[in-house]
Amino acid sequence: MIRTSAAAALVLALASPAVAQDFEGHIKARQGMFRIMAINLGIIGDMAKGETEYEAEMAQTAADNLVAVSGINPLVLFPEGSSNEAVEGTRALPAIWENTGDVGDKWAAFGTAASDLQAVAGDGREALGPALGPVGDACSSCHDEYRESND
Amino acid sequence: MRRTVGAALAALLLAGGVGLWLTRATPADAALYEDLDGDAEAGEQVFVAAGCASCHHAPDAEGEAKRVLSGGQRFASDFGTFVAPNVSPHPEAGIGDWSLAEFASAVTRGVSPGGAHYYPAFPYTAYVRLEPATVADLWAFWQTLPQDATPSETHEVGFPYNIRRGVGLWKTLYLSEDWIRPADTPELERGRQLVEALAHCGECHTPRGALGALDTDRWLAGAENPSGDGRIPSLRPADLDWSKSDIAYYLESGFTPDYDTAGGHMVAVVENFAQLPAADREAVAAYLEALPE
Repeated sequence: MIRTSAAAALVLALASPAVAQDFEGHIKARQGMFRIMAINLGIIGDMAKGETEYEAEMAQTAADNLVAVSGINPLVLFPEGSSNEAVEGTRALPAIWENTGDVGDKWAAFGTAASDLQAVAGDGREALGPALGPVGDACSSCHDEYRESND
Repeated sequence: MRRTVGAALAALLLAGGVGLWLTRATPADAALYEDLDGDAEAGEQVFVAAGCASCHHAPDAEGEAKRVLSGGQRFASDFGTFVAPNVSPHPEAGIGDWSLAEFASAVTRGVSPGGAHYYPAFPYTAYVRLEPATVADLWAFWQTLPQDATPSETHEVGFPYNIRRGVGLWKTLYLSEDWIRPADTPELERGRQLVEALAHCGECHTPRGALGALDTDRWLAGAENPSGDGRIPSLRPADLDWSKSDIAYYLESGFTPDYDTAGGHMVAVVENFAQLPAADREAVAAYLEALPE
C-alpha cells in the first residue's frame, strides 16, 4: 500500500507540469482497462445469472484476470488535466485529482474483492453471486464519486 | 372617490384572500390515521424502498451508520441548494416528538407540524400516493431508529424561492395523488407502487418544466441532472433495451447487461433495491416494460 501511494505521488508529480496535452492515448488505455474488467466480470456474471453454463476453468481465468488488472496502478492512466472538464471523450470527474488517496483506497478495495472472487471462482456456480457482489460495490463506490453520471 | 377606494380595498382583500387560500398548507386528514397501529417490520421494507436514509444519513456515513438520519447532505438544484434535515427520532434535533398524523402530513403532503410548506426536494409529490397504513408502518419502524442530536442546517435558497408560501401555490398546481400509469395485474400494481410512490424514480428520471414540476407526458423519459453531472437516462422501452431479467439483476447487483456499474445517486438506489425481495425488483422491471415506447 505504501509503495502504491508513493508510486501514485510520483506519477502525479511527473504529470503535474503537463499543460493542454493530448491525452487520447491515456483515455483509450484507461477505458480499455475498464473494458477488460467488464468483459471478465461479464463471463462470471452471466454464469452467476444462469445465462451461460458454469465452467470452472473459464470462471477461474476471468477472476484471475480481474486480480491481474487490480495490480495495475490506475493513476498512471489519469494524468492531471485529463478530466471531463478539460478534455472530450471522458467521464472522469475532476474530483479524482482532489482525492487521489481515496481513489487509491477504492482501487485497493476492488483488488481485495477480486481476490476473494478468485478464491471461490472454481467452486461452482453458487459461489459466484455472493463473491461478485463486493466487486460490483467496489466499482460503484468509485463511479459514485468520480465518474460523470451519463452521456 | 370613497367608493373607488372601497372597491380597490375589497379587490385587494379578495386577491389577498385568494392568494392566502391558494398558498395555504393542507395537512393530511388526521382522521385517516387515528386508529392505525403500524407494523415496524413491514415499515422497514417501506423505509428501504422509499430510500429515506439515502438522503437523510450523514454525508459520509457507511454501513449501519446510514440508519442514523442526522441529515446534512446537500442537494443542488436550479432553485438553490437544499440541505437534508435531521429526521432521526431525537425529540429536539429530529422528529421524535411528532404524532403519526404529523409525520403523515410531512411525508405525503409536505406540510410541517407548524403548518409550513416543505420544498419538493423532499419527494412528497411521490409519497402522496401512499396508503395511510403504509405510512403508519413506516412510522412504527421509525421509532426503532437511533436518535441523533446534530442540528439541521438552513437551506441555501434565494428570492423568490425562499418564500415558502409560494410552494403552496406550486402544490395547488402539481401535487396529485393520482397514479401516472394504469396497472391491471398485481405485479404491475406493486411495480407502480415502487416506481411512482416509494422509490420515487420519476423525481430524477422524468424531465421538469420551468417551475420544477414533473412533465408527466414524458414520464421516465430521461432528464437533465440537477447537480449538473451528466444526464439521467430514459427508462422508456425504446431507449432502455434491457430484458426484464437485466433490469431486475441491475437493481440487485448494480451491473448493467454489459457489466458496467451504476454511478451517482443510483448507487444508493441499487443498495436499497438489493435489500428488497426479488419479486419487487421483477415488479419494477414489469412496470418499466409496460411503459409507452
